[in-house]
Amino acid sequence: MKKLLIALMTTTAAMSLAVTAEAADKFKACWVYTGPIGDFGYSYQHDQGRLEVEKALGDKVETAYLENVAEGPDADRAFERLAREGCKLIFGTSFGFMDPEVKVAKKFPKVMFEHATGYKTGDNLGIYNARFYEGRYVLGQIAAKESKAGVAGYIVSFPIPEVVMGINSFMLGAQSINPNFKAKIVWVNSWFDPGKEADAAKALFDQGADIIVQHTDSTAALQVAEERGLHGFGQSSDMIKFAPKAQLTSLTDDWGPYYISRVQAALDGTWKPGNVWLGIKDGAVKLAPFTNMPDDVKAMAEATTKKIADGWNPFTGPIAKQDGTPWLKDGEVADDGTLLGMNFYVKGVDDKLPQ
Amino acid sequence: MDITVNILLTIATAATPLLIAAIGELVVERSGVLNLGVEGMMIMGAVGGFGAGYLTGSPWIGLLAAVAMGAVFSLLFAVMTLSLATNQVATGLSLTLLGLGLSGMMGTSFVGQPGERLPNLDIPGLTSIPVVGRLLFGQDPIFYISIALTAAVMWFLFKTRTGLTLRSIGDSHTSAHALGIKVIRYRYLSVIFGGACAGLAGGHLSLVYTPQWVENMTAGRGWIALALVVFASWRPWRVLAGAYIFGAVWIGQLHAQAFGIPVPSQLLSSLPYLATVVVLVLISRNKRLTMMNTPASLGQPFVPDR
Repeated sequence: MKKLLIALMTTTAAMSLAVTAEAADKFKACWVYTGPIGDFGYSYQHDQGRLEVEKALGDKVETAYLENVAEGPDADRAFERLAREGCKLIFGTSFGFMDPEVKVAKKFPKVMFEHATGYKTGDNLGIYNARFYEGRYVLGQIAAKESKAGVAGYIVSFPIPEVVMGINSFMLGAQSINPNFKAKIVWVNSWFDPGKEADAAKALFDQGADIIVQHTDSTAALQVAEERGLHGFGQSSDMIKFAPKAQLTSLTDDWGPYYISRVQAALDGTWKPGNVWLGIKDGAVKLAPFTNMPDDVKAMAEATTKKIADGWNPFTGPIAKQDGTPWLKDGEVADDGTLLGMNFYVKGVDDKLPQ
Repeated sequence: MDITVNILLTIATAATPLLIAAIGELVVERSGVLNLGVEGMMIMGAVGGFGAGYLTGSPWIGLLAAVAMGAVFSLLFAVMTLSLATNQVATGLSLTLLGLGLSGMMGTSFVGQPGERLPNLDIPGLTSIPVVGRLLFGQDPIFYISIALTAAVMWFLFKTRTGLTLRSIGDSHTSAHALGIKVIRYRYLSVIFGGACAGLAGGHLSLVYTPQWVENMTAGRGWIALALVVFASWRPWRVLAGAYIFGAVWIGQLHAQAFGIPVPSQLLSSLPYLATVVVLVLISRNKRLTMMNTPASLGQPFVPDR
């Protein structure tokens, strides 16, 4: 079923003279996605980034991608195939591509590799990631202001550090406004199953939550909120079309600027394997326009977003762990290593972390 | 009381697509054909239903399109396995893979577009009756179709002569053929019926359950429907019970989690498959029971001598 869709750049007829010479040795940048680009979520956003590269550098660069690539040994072949087909710079966009990419990168030392959300690097393999937790702090503050019940429903996929980090950041934000704020947490064991996400949203609303937060990819939960006349937050993409009255904002990923800068660096010959963790200030994590809320809440959300963009970290002490033991001292900031391996809740989260 | 009604409504919505797809597959398997392409036909129904609803603005046209899409897609399977006598297991699996890929391609322009939702039934005076009103008179149209369909299939298979003929083909196509029954024609019709049901189940997903189109949105429900048929040992009313049991377990565990009771949700997600394995073990322990329930010529290709 794996569809290889090579998106050849359409060289416009107008750009005549130089084209023939350039087209022959156009720089080729390639992407590997774990989901379908039609998921309107994580893989979709990465592909939007690829399209931005085409738009910005289309006269010098051609792009290609492979979608629906299973994480694990199958991914080996995907990366190798792209390298053999003349891709000079390859982006692997999912955590499970880490080991395959390390292996293939060693085989093709002249090809440049980049891997999202992992931690292994190499001579020709760089890593990049986004600080989604920064946005989740803002969501927490909005939820605490907007919820009448003081209870949010939180739909989550798998207990990995990325997700746990998000829950913690959300709760820290919410409790900075309302110390008694509660979140009901439901694990659905899937990144993407619209039906299950809708069921989870219904269950949470039925049990008294009046705002829905999700760390899963579909628009289903927001649609339930819209039907019930309640509120929620979008994820990955701006989902306002699906819930014009329900969406407060959406936590979106924008990989475009990063991809453009890396492809440009490769063109200039200045590419080096990097290790970056991009946040709100880099424009990689964005919040969709604040809607369906009073002006003062909107102003607060904008102020917090700006504060984070200016360098403040939501994980700044004093913060205690769930069982009350101190974690960060007053003014102490969590280091990236701890965050990337986060496997505990902070104080106030009302759930037992599945092991 | 209100929360109980809400829970029951959610269970019904979760169970409906499973029930419809499984009832269709039950008829197919009763005629002796094993179509593993349920997931593929379902996703084709989902994309067809969403697309037609989105383009025409009428969810009812979407509903018809979903049914038609599933039926047409199943015809491909019928031609391959019945006229060309290809291997049913391999052909069914390819049908699933083809459906998943093809639907993704067809649906590219529908991604990120809100679709049309089929309205719930609303009968003045009846729907507003406390408690039972919404349960009996306030659900989506496909829910009522699913119940009617189950009753109709039960009646057809066990109370009509044609149903008896269909079952006899499933048990021994050679004997049926010797009696002058048009085996291939019966099987064509049942495969198409199965496809139409799978398409309708897909339409339920993209027109009622979650009115949107995204690739792979069936998320394995076709496989659960297949498991359900075996779980029900090829009995319509047990399919109904099974679909609602699986739905109830799933919704129940979500509520338990939201209530703060830790449940092993990974285990519960695999429950439909585990339950099917248990049923298989139980019925295969008893030879007589196996023979009574399983269509004996299930999955075997049939080439009539001319």
